[in-house]
Amino acid sequence: MSEAIGLKAKLGLDVFKHDKEAHIKIKDGMQKDPRLKRAILVCPAGLYSENEQGEVELTIDGCLECGTCLIACGTEVLEWHYPSGGTGVQFRFG
Amino acid sequence: MMEKFDAIVVGAGLAGLASAYTLANEGMEVLVLERGDYPGAKNVTGGRLYVNPVRELFPDIWKKAPLERFIASEGVCMMAGERSVSINYAGNELLEEPYQSFSILRARFDRWLAKQAERKGAMLVDKSRVDDLIFEDGKVIGVRAAGDELHANVVIACDGVLSFIAEKAGLRRKVEAPNYAVGYKEIIELDPSQIEDRFGLEGNEGSARMYMGEVTKGKFGGGFLYTNKSSISLGIVIGIKDLMEEKPSIEAPVLLDEFKQRREIAGLIKGGETVEYSAHVIPEGGYKALNKLYGDGILVAGDAAGLAMNIGVTVRGMEYALASGYYAAQTVLQAKEKEDFSAAALSHYQTQMESSFILQDFKNFQEAPQVLENPRFFNHYPEMLGNIMKDIYEVPAGSKNRLYPTIKQYMAFSELWAMLGDMRKVMKI
Repeated sequence: MSEAIGLKAKLGLDVFKHDKEAHIKIKDGMQKDPRLKRAILVCPAGLYSENEQGEVELTIDGCLECGTCLIACGTEVLEWHYPSGGTGVQFRFG
Repeated sequence: MMEKFDAIVVGAGLAGLASAYTLANEGMEVLVLERGDYPGAKNVTGGRLYVNPVRELFPDIWKKAPLERFIASEGVCMMAGERSVSINYAGNELLEEPYQSFSILRARFDRWLAKQAERKGAMLVDKSRVDDLIFEDGKVIGVRAAGDELHANVVIACDGVLSFIAEKAGLRRKVEAPNYAVGYKEIIELDPSQIEDRFGLEGNEGSARMYMGEVTKGKFGGGFLYTNKSSISLGIVIGIKDLMEEKPSIEAPVLLDEFKQRREIAGLIKGGETVEYSAHVIPEGGYKALNKLYGDGILVAGDAAGLAMNIGVTVRGMEYALASGYYAAQTVLQAKEKEDFSAAALSHYQTQMESSFILQDFKNFQEAPQVLENPRFFNHYPEMLGNIMKDIYEVPAGSKNRLYPTIKQYMAFSELWAMLGDMRKVMKI
């Protein structure tokens, strides 16, 4: 049986190049918006989580730039750009 | 005077590289801007490429293209909670050249295709994100990238499913979650001989398998497996609308982990080492969800236009990307002859797309997204089929029930009625 490796370890296999600024941001005052909760379910990298105050938090490290959170949550709650040229995930297989 | 390109292509994916290759081959000055470290760095596929529809558009590339394995067997697995039923299709026709389809890894393939385009004279700049379009009198005349202004007769937006460029040009349809799926996968390295043994393959033969049912917990989508030369691509495609709903509430990464641990999968990837995890949104809204293909000074190709299609048995996008890139290039060539890059002149692209396999496929299968939304396909049928097989194959201690009544107990009138209803919808595909 092959081992199930943790998500963090899985993301650790990918090549990431650091960007100066987070390319996805939760818009101010939207942390508790119900639309944002969808991101917790849909993000393949598991980068969204809910804290004890009921606010959704985003950790940008490990972002695969897939766009799923943008489709699910929309631009009213997320400010979404691609990372600057030459930064972010760099797939070696794709 | 500032240098002006015949065309600026945004994004070195299949659509962008296909148009750059075609344009450069005709001596056009074409610039490709790619935000990744190299072409393919941001690109993801399941994946498999069907070559037949695009073979003649790029006759010179297939012999040397770095494709993985040609697909010699096709499997579909209906996965229930406790069991599964698989169908495997193998045929001599799949073993004959020219092969119909190949497994593919995009970082490898796209980088190679970019080289071919560069050899023809295309100029490629990587690590360069396009931030904006430049307009003049409502017409697109160039792009802004990292503070530089670059001008062209035509901008070809090949920046993928989220196409911010098409959006800036006002060509993008309002985003609605039901029109999109997300695909995510692991690349699991294995020795080529192990792959061949486990899948019953010889030499460069490859295998493709799809999994429906429990893999997505009854949500719209499925699992996939493709054998590459020395790795397996294993992943899930799932509708974003279904995934974000809380019935049942399940996080995307968990689905893949559970899929990997299924008996049907675990043995195939045993001892393999995961070397990459990737994900990407896929446009799946079909014909009705396509974006506008052209405007003044701009064309849209590939995923940026919405050109991917799920018809259940196949999920395709890469051929549409390659071919739409080709037709976009043909349109630029024609516009160049007349020195007219207005929307009216570029509407030639729409005409070419309509008469090609691309929009013909999209029209033929325009009902597919609505038909496939049916949750019974992803829950009820896999479970029922598994139960029927269980009963048929079971030999109890006492006497065995007759086969017909065994099956008939699953076919109550209400079930038959529902099946007929589903069947009538499926007939639209």
